[in-house]
Amino acid sequence: MDLHTISEMIAAPDAPDPATWRSGDAWLGGGTWLFSEPQPHLRRLIDLPSLRWPALTVTDDGLEIAATCTLAELHAFTAPDGWAAARLFPQACRALLGSFKIWNAATVGGNLCLALPAGPMISLTAALDGVCTILGPDGPRALAVPDLVTGPQRNALEPGELLRSVFLPAAALRETAAFRQVSLSPAGRSAALLIGRRTAGLELTVTASVTRPLRLSFEAPPSAAAVREAVAAIPADAYHDDVHGSPAWRRHMTFELAEEIRAELA
Amino acid sequence: MTYSINGAEVGATPRPGQCLRTFLREQGTFGVRKGCDAGDCGACTVWLDGTPVHSCVTPAFRAQGRDVTTVEGLADGDTLHPVQRDFVEAQGFQCGFCTSGMIMTAAKLTPEQRADLPHALKGNLCRCTGYRAIEDSINGVPHVETPEAGHSAGHNTSAPAARAIVTGKALFTLDLPPDGLLHLKLLRSPHAHARIVAIDTSAALAVPGVHAVFTHEDAPPRLYSSGRHEHMTDDPDDTRVLDDVVRHVGQRVAAVVAETVAAAEEGVRALVVEYEVLPAVFDPELAMRPGAPVIHAKPAAETRIAFPERNTVAEIHGNLGDVAAGFDSADVIYEQIYHTQRVQHAALETHGCVAWVDERGALTVRTSTQVPFLTRQALCAVFNLPPEHVRVLTVRVGGGFGGKQEMLVEDVAALAALRLGRPVQLELTREEQFTGTTSRHPMAIWVRAGAREDGTLTALQLRVVSDTGAYANHAVGVLHHGCGESVAVYRCPNKKVDAYAVYTNTVPAGAFRGYGLSQTVFAIESTMDELARLLHIDPVAFRERNIVRPGDPMVSVSNELDDVEYGSYGLDQCLTLVRDALADSPEAAPGPGWLVGDGVALALINTIPPRGHFAESDLRLLPDGTYQLLVGTTEFGNGTSTVHTQLAATALGTTPERIAIGQSDTALVGHDTGAYGSTGVVVAGRATLLAAQALRRRLQDAAAVLTTLPPDECELTEEGVVCGSGTVLGLPELHRRATEAGLPVQAHASTDGSPRSVAFNVHGFRVAVRPRTGEIRILRSVQAADAGVVLNPMQLVGQIEGGVAQAVGAAVYEEMRIGPDGRVVNPAFRGYHVPQFADVPHTEVLVAKTADSLGPMGAKSMSESPFNPVAPALANAVRDATGVRLTSLPLGRDRVWEALAAAGVTAEDPPGGPVPHAPAGLPEETAVERR
Ligand SMILES: Cc1cc2nc3c(=O)[nH]c(=O)nc-3n(C[C@H](O)[C@H](O)[C@H](O)COP(=O)(O)OP(=O)(O)OC[C@H]3O[C@@H](n4cnc5c(N)ncnc54)[C@H](O)[C@@H]3O)c2cc1C
Ligand code: FES
Ligand code: FES
Repeated sequence: MDLHTISEMIAAPDAPDPATWRSGDAWLGGGTWLFSEPQPHLRRLIDLPSLRWPALTVTDDGLEIAATCTLAELHAFTAPDGWAAARLFPQACRALLGSFKIWNAATVGGNLCLALPAGPMISLTAALDGVCTILGPDGPRALAVPDLVTGPQRNALEPGELLRSVFLPAAALRETAAFRQVSLSPAGRSAALLIGRRTAGLELTVTASVTRPLRLSFEAPPSAAAVREAVAAIPADAYHDDVHGSPAWRRHMTFELAEEIRAELA
Repeated sequence: MTYSINGAEVGATPRPGQCLRTFLREQGTFGVRKGCDAGDCGACTVWLDGTPVHSCVTPAFRAQGRDVTTVEGLADGDTLHPVQRDFVEAQGFQCGFCTSGMIMTAAKLTPEQRADLPHALKGNLCRCTGYRAIEDSINGVPHVETPEAGHSAGHNTSAPAARAIVTGKALFTLDLPPDGLLHLKLLRSPHAHARIVAIDTSAALAVPGVHAVFTHEDAPPRLYSSGRHEHMTDDPDDTRVLDDVVRHVGQRVAAVVAETVAAAEEGVRALVVEYEVLPAVFDPELAMRPGAPVIHAKPAAETRIAFPERNTVAEIHGNLGDVAAGFDSADVIYEQIYHTQRVQHAALETHGCVAWVDERGALTVRTSTQVPFLTRQALCAVFNLPPEHVRVLTVRVGGGFGGKQEMLVEDVAALAALRLGRPVQLELTREEQFTGTTSRHPMAIWVRAGAREDGTLTALQLRVVSDTGAYANHAVGVLHHGCGESVAVYRCPNKKVDAYAVYTNTVPAGAFRGYGLSQTVFAIESTMDELARLLHIDPVAFRERNIVRPGDPMVSVSNELDDVEYGSYGLDQCLTLVRDALADSPEAAPGPGWLVGDGVALALINTIPPRGHFAESDLRLLPDGTYQLLVGTTEFGNGTSTVHTQLAATALGTTPERIAIGQSDTALVGHDTGAYGSTGVVVAGRATLLAAQALRRRLQDAAAVLTTLPPDECELTEEGVVCGSGTVLGLPELHRRATEAGLPVQAHASTDGSPRSVAFNVHGFRVAVRPRTGEIRILRSVQAADAGVVLNPMQLVGQIEGGVAQAVGAAVYEEMRIGPDGRVVNPAFRGYHVPQFADVPHTEVLVAKTADSLGPMGAKSMSESPFNPVAPALANAVRDATGVRLTSLPLGRDRVWEALAAAGVTAEDPPGGPVPHAPAGLPEETAVERR
């Protein structure tokens, strides 16, 4: 929709400069969320995609995903041999309620910064030990994905800070992963999205059912009872309550999906 | 850098913050539609350098230096793109509002995506079709036929507008902006109930571009109802154009008119309003109690509000026979409270209109309405204008479903246009659709029913509480209709109905497909299912035993005679068709952990609303030998234009292409009650058929006079009148000579909607339910319809599929939630789940073989009614599968899981093992009595 209060579109800053940040500014990723709701408090948009950061950079250490990498680019990514967990990429893209046409514009960074419980890029990068690079007035800083998301539509960025990229270590990418998602409808908004990684034990990431990503770590392959116990320890008020599913059901589905993942990776 | 649209460079540059959708529309590519403006519906899909995007969430500047392709740029000259052609051939649309976006998406699908349409199309919503026709379009399955002249009735003729729709050229309401257009934006109430103490407009008026602000001080004092009916007095007068009391969050407070939408919005933000917040009530039961805040302290006699002091708009108390005696003679009694939720029409085109004063000084309003003539009537009343000074018209309307049987935008736009003397446009946002228009009436329905061991119904009793929200538009009619056919379809000597329509401080409810029936049918059909189970009688057999048959009185709350007749009767056939279809179904559980069950429900609907529904048709031969048909009824995807041309073409011995239809404009014909109550064919179509039959006789008579042959030797054909042994008087020649001789080449007919007939729908489902997740999977969906003679099979199937899809939405997914402060919690498609392709089952449509003695060529209505039996059939199937009766809609996975878990139904149930039937796991409020 038209954002009528925007008086300036800063289309291609040479380099995003957090120092010039003013109140009423917003970083513009794909704009698929910013343009989907009225934003009467905003005055300027600072465009990031026009910086043309390389979307996906493979190194020996892992994968650097630019904040401006679109979901479509991520979906089309051909992973180096041995990165078993890369099969999560298209699965996570499909978990977005938005269509493949939204993928063509929506960015990974926008998804992370929007910090919705149902943000599939949050689920993906949190599950794969993602570390964010954040640019701010005092220089760059690093933050683990689960720490970026502090609650529904709340993130840990200070005014003027921006997400530059998220790095997924090769070690995590090499591990076998399992993915489960459920929503109130066959192709709907995620009400619970869990990802497991087979380490020496199991790394389980719980998202969508809870207000922010949670990690459950098991040093050895856990029993069904151990997984149940770990899920049971999630406090009741951690479960998200909105029109996309009741908290009680989300909690129940978290138990169910956790067990399915445990069984698949066992 | 420049902008290039469909290969042509444009000089304009977008504003900062502008999205590509509005930029493209400003450049004249109106095929780019707005369904949501939020990325959810796909109606705005265009290509950027060949990549499809939702233009409403694409910043316009992104198109700089890239090629934009819209639906207008798809065809190669006159040659349609193959996908456009396939959408014509399969008629993959009804209203056509989603079609541009569907085509622009479908044309870019990869083979893998085509193989996975449920996922590939999740960003394209269609509210009309139920997606099967879209699937056939994408898969290239054609349906359109081109029957011979005089034989189009009964065939799949194409909608006249098909080509315009697939090329994006079909004009919808806001696609013709006049010069000098001003834009109106509304400030809406943040409070559920408040008195407006003061409005400071000075800052708003100071915003550059703002022309005027209108508040309650500028609005006419006259009270009216936004709900429109043939009789103005059907609905209580409780509404003002702008009021000094607001009664729900989202009610209009003030209107700002400005040069641009941006300035109008800025003006709205600059208004300073002082409110005196009043106590509010959100629950209709509480609202009826003494001491509840009175929402409309108005005189009952003048406003026709039954009991303003009890917030009660209307009550019905019907008592036939003796229910107490009926229950005494019952062997089993079942009693239950059902709840139906608030759902939204979600027509893809939002409400909107443009109002202006024409050269003759007449107020003219082009609007998205189902009722142009009744809107004129209302505007005349509100602004005290004579009918000849007001013209209301529609072009193509992007879906209605009852939501546009209301005056929700025209009044305030007219106020502004009359005051300012400039054209004024008001286009509602999707959010405003949810917070400031209408919904289905939420109802709480208590049913008690008794039957004898042999399956005979002995007593049926209802208590219905209908929540009409802050205004009474349609409250009365919906209550009566809801308590009408749902009860009348059962032959039962003892019936008692107590029903209440009640105000609350919530967004108003209004007319909605089914008009009250879908709610009560859910309750009654669920109850009949339980009675059958208590008696161990097959639910279909139980119904066969108790349904009305020709000759039986169709009564619900009164024995008074009305004008409903058995013009035909096919309910028995429908029940048989559905029973046989389900019995033949091989579908079984998709795997372990699923429980399978079947469910059936039926619905009766009178073919026409009561107390008169009027239509006129004017048909004439034109000098070039083609015909012009003028009708009052609106086309909003119901397909009536197609059927009208078929009826006329059949009677005139010609082909539909030779009949140009002009419609839904108060300047064209005298009166038309409107396109509601499924009347487009049975009332308006009958007028067209009568006019065509009269014109046929007139043309034959004229030819007889001109050739001095007896009239019975003159036969109208496609090319002309064949006179005697072979001379053909060509139509252009006939026109010329008849006109010279003063012989009429035009005919006019009107109908009054009485007497009325009855139509039936029976729905059957086989479902699998997974207790572990609460998921309901529809394995088989079949609907049998008694629609009389089918005039256009493809369209009939389309109406039924669309109705079923919408009903599946209301049964499983859709719910407008109201927060503790009375605010709509989910006013967007992101949170209000309109069925996507993936959600809608294929429905097999079966038709009863009947011919109606009242409808045109034996046809009956079939647009609202397919909706009505769907939710109870689904709940009955879930009951069959799980043993649990679900009494509240929607049957979302979370709720189903919760109910099954509470009843102890688990995944561990042996797959294929005995399904628990009867009282196991009934919710608390259930009472079952065995005597
Ligand atoms: C139909 C539809 C369905 C959707 N479904 C989902 C869903 O299921 N789950 C979900 O999570 N989202 C969903 N969204 C929301 C949104 O589209 C996605 O989250 C998307 O990934 C956001 O990316 P973007 O680049 O478009 O973000 P933008 O809209 O550009 O930005 C989103 C927010 O992040 C900020 N931002 C963007 N980039 C940065 C950066 N690099 N650094 C700091 N801040 C930044 C913006 O200022 C803004 O506040 C949906 C949207 C639509 C239209
Ligand atoms: S209008 Fe753009 S997706 Fe609905
Ligand atoms: S035809 Fe799809 S929305 Fe009307």
